[in-house]
Amino acid sequence: MRVTKSFALASAGLLLATGLAFAQSTEIRVGAPLEPPALDPTAGAAEAIDVVVYQNVFEALTRIDQNGAVQPGLASAWTISEDGLTYRFTLNDGVTFHDGTAFDAEDVKFTFERILADDGVNAQKALYEAISAVTVVDPLTVDITLSRPDGLFLFNIGRGDAVIVAPESAANNATDPIGTGPFAFVQWDRGSRVILEQYGPYWGEKPALTKATYVFIGDTATMTNALLAGDVDGTYNFAAEALPVFDGNPQFKVLVGSTEGETILSTNNAKSPFDKLEVRQAMAHAINRQEIIDGATYGYGVPIGSHFAPHHPYYIDLTNTYPYDLDKARELLAEAGYPDGFSATLKLPPVNYARVSGQIIASEFAKVGIKLELINMEWAQWLEDVFANKDFDLTIISHVEPFDIGIYANPDYYFGYNNPEVQALNETLNATTDEAKRKELAQEMQTIIAKDAVNGFLFELAQTGVWNAKLEGMWQNAPVEGVVLRDVHWVE
Amino acid sequence: MGVLRPMTLYILRRIFGFLVTLLIAAAVIFLLLDLLPGDPARFILGINATPEAVAALRLQMGLDDPALLRFSNWLFGMLRGDFGLSQTQKLPVAGLIAERMAVTLPLTLFAMVISVAIGLPLGILAARHRGKPVDTALMILAQTGVAIPNFWFGMLLTLLFAVTLRWLPPGGFTPWNEDAWASLRGLVLPSLALALPQAAILARVMRTALVDVSSQDFIRTARAKGMTFGEALWRHGVRNALLPVLTILGLQFAFLIAGTIIVENVFYLPGLGRLIFTAISERDLVLVRSATIILVLVVSFTMLVVDLAYGLVDPRLRERRA
Repeated sequence: MRVTKSFALASAGLLLATGLAFAQSTEIRVGAPLEPPALDPTAGAAEAIDVVVYQNVFEALTRIDQNGAVQPGLASAWTISEDGLTYRFTLNDGVTFHDGTAFDAEDVKFTFERILADDGVNAQKALYEAISAVTVVDPLTVDITLSRPDGLFLFNIGRGDAVIVAPESAANNATDPIGTGPFAFVQWDRGSRVILEQYGPYWGEKPALTKATYVFIGDTATMTNALLAGDVDGTYNFAAEALPVFDGNPQFKVLVGSTEGETILSTNNAKSPFDKLEVRQAMAHAINRQEIIDGATYGYGVPIGSHFAPHHPYYIDLTNTYPYDLDKARELLAEAGYPDGFSATLKLPPVNYARVSGQIIASEFAKVGIKLELINMEWAQWLEDVFANKDFDLTIISHVEPFDIGIYANPDYYFGYNNPEVQALNETLNATTDEAKRKELAQEMQTIIAKDAVNGFLFELAQTGVWNAKLEGMWQNAPVEGVVLRDVHWVE
Repeated sequence: MGVLRPMTLYILRRIFGFLVTLLIAAAVIFLLLDLLPGDPARFILGINATPEAVAALRLQMGLDDPALLRFSNWLFGMLRGDFGLSQTQKLPVAGLIAERMAVTLPLTLFAMVISVAIGLPLGILAARHRGKPVDTALMILAQTGVAIPNFWFGMLLTLLFAVTLRWLPPGGFTPWNEDAWASLRGLVLPSLALALPQAAILARVMRTALVDVSSQDFIRTARAKGMTFGEALWRHGVRNALLPVLTILGLQFAFLIAGTIIVENVFYLPGLGRLIFTAISERDLVLVRSATIILVLVVSFTMLVVDLAYGLVDPRLRERRA
């Protein structure tokens, strides 16, 4: 009797749960592997921040779409002066922040001055340093003047780091974010979830969803169970090794898209023996890209031969610059004065693709006499040792910034590549606004970097989302960090 | 000293030991965290941050103050009940920990209750039938229970009850004030997963302690007075066997409070373990050290309570120490 009773109780609970599920057709629960430390995208680099708030809670002057193109955002239109230095933005009328205050040109001025202030803590401050003045023309018109032309300016001001904030609320955005987006922040149960709700007075087109809950689930097996049990409706970038569970399942869809993450075997060019071109070329010949892609990304990565995203219109295929050839590698090592190879360390950050790629590369390198000692590190330690102190031989890392070939023009950057030719090209590229010319310059840079074998170019990370089959409108690609909910909706 | 009754002296000694432990722990925690490689400001701002922005943030976070000043600020702050402000979340640490305790404490208590309710009776039953098939079967079961990792057992529970049967949520936690029934449902599977290995350990300890006791003279005397073995064990054995069991219970409580992180990950519960783990990887030094010292406090307090409970269960102890 008791068994029957508890069974009845359980069935009642089940009915209740099912009933709720039907009522939830305008709500979504998104699984995210990392919880953001804070919710202010203008004061931290963590991807987890943008995943929750970018284009949902906060908006910028321009809007980056899922293919990486620049669209109007809070600015409905803009004109650029002849010399490419002054941008005049026309702002949308009737925009309000979630606390009810009005948005106008003063907020734009405040936002950029806050980024550029001496004590400013914006994680991408360098991107906006060309701005020399922000002038309010009238409440709905603002001029931004640059000290030098910047071909990426309209893209950069559309990023999460440049979302428009209000002087009344900016100081508290870390815990209580106030933006102009279609969703307002409601609640943050730390360690567990963030809840957003549709903002009624939103100035633009209303989203289909009325409520979105981000649920933080760090463990892959746990996320799999949460998806299967219907506790979350999807996740934007799931571990490739778990995708077979969902691939053939009609209740789910797997979205495979591109990211801006060039994964490279970063090489300390300033340190012997890596300062020798032959050594770097030898290493390039010893890299078996397909093996690494299969092992580390379950085949989802896209091979790259230089530091450029394959989906970008400026991309050229340089994967055959130094094809996999161990004999050639040994020959080059002998030429460089290392007939028996050498020993080096490979410092690996705590991400699966790096750890697995590291093991595969170490076993390939061993075949030509390069003995790698693998050192696993935490992020904080990696950032300090490798990135800030440049105390490393080799490391594996994905550079996720869009259009970041400019890092090869910075001799102080952690991999220590100093080539005046690339630096000159980059300067010209930055100052060029003509598309065809920019493409030519970017391709020239890609080629030089590939030929110099600055780093081992491995693969472009893929974005692999898993979603409920009845959900539409999610971003397939990840041109910037974020899970944009604007167009997401349920279909029957 | 003559004015102090033995029991009072016993308690005072234990409390003094407790305070010394706390102070030493605070010094060790502070030192270790200060030696930890990794710059918290650099971690927050990532690889594209300018050196100026990192320097500005370090200044804001007070990272450039001398170590001794930061240590004394921390100690005196805690004496005033101020555990500091989390460097990454910008919220008072005390509040963050209290939020997590609302999950970790009930979870620990449920797991303890379940493990006692299963472990002790099974241990007594096994001792009662020592050497017989029942004993062998129970001890094989207990050995298996000890050997099964709790997170793996947790995943099996999720697969059965959440994914297949859909009776219970696969994880997550609804705040108590929102829907207490849902909060309770969320804790069922994780407390079961935590309780099983603990129950197995308890059963084994209980059985061993009882077996030891049953060969003692007073049991033989009780038997000589005409009691059956079972009666003698129940009336005289169990209380005497409780001492080692209490020790294990105290250790288990401490383990459950601080050591549930893997099970918290499996069930994505916002517990204390995950808070500390995240804080360490984000180099939120203020949060890590205050949370750790609170754990030290809870664990040493538990040990204090266990020590005092010894005195209650066994009057001989307090007299001998005095």
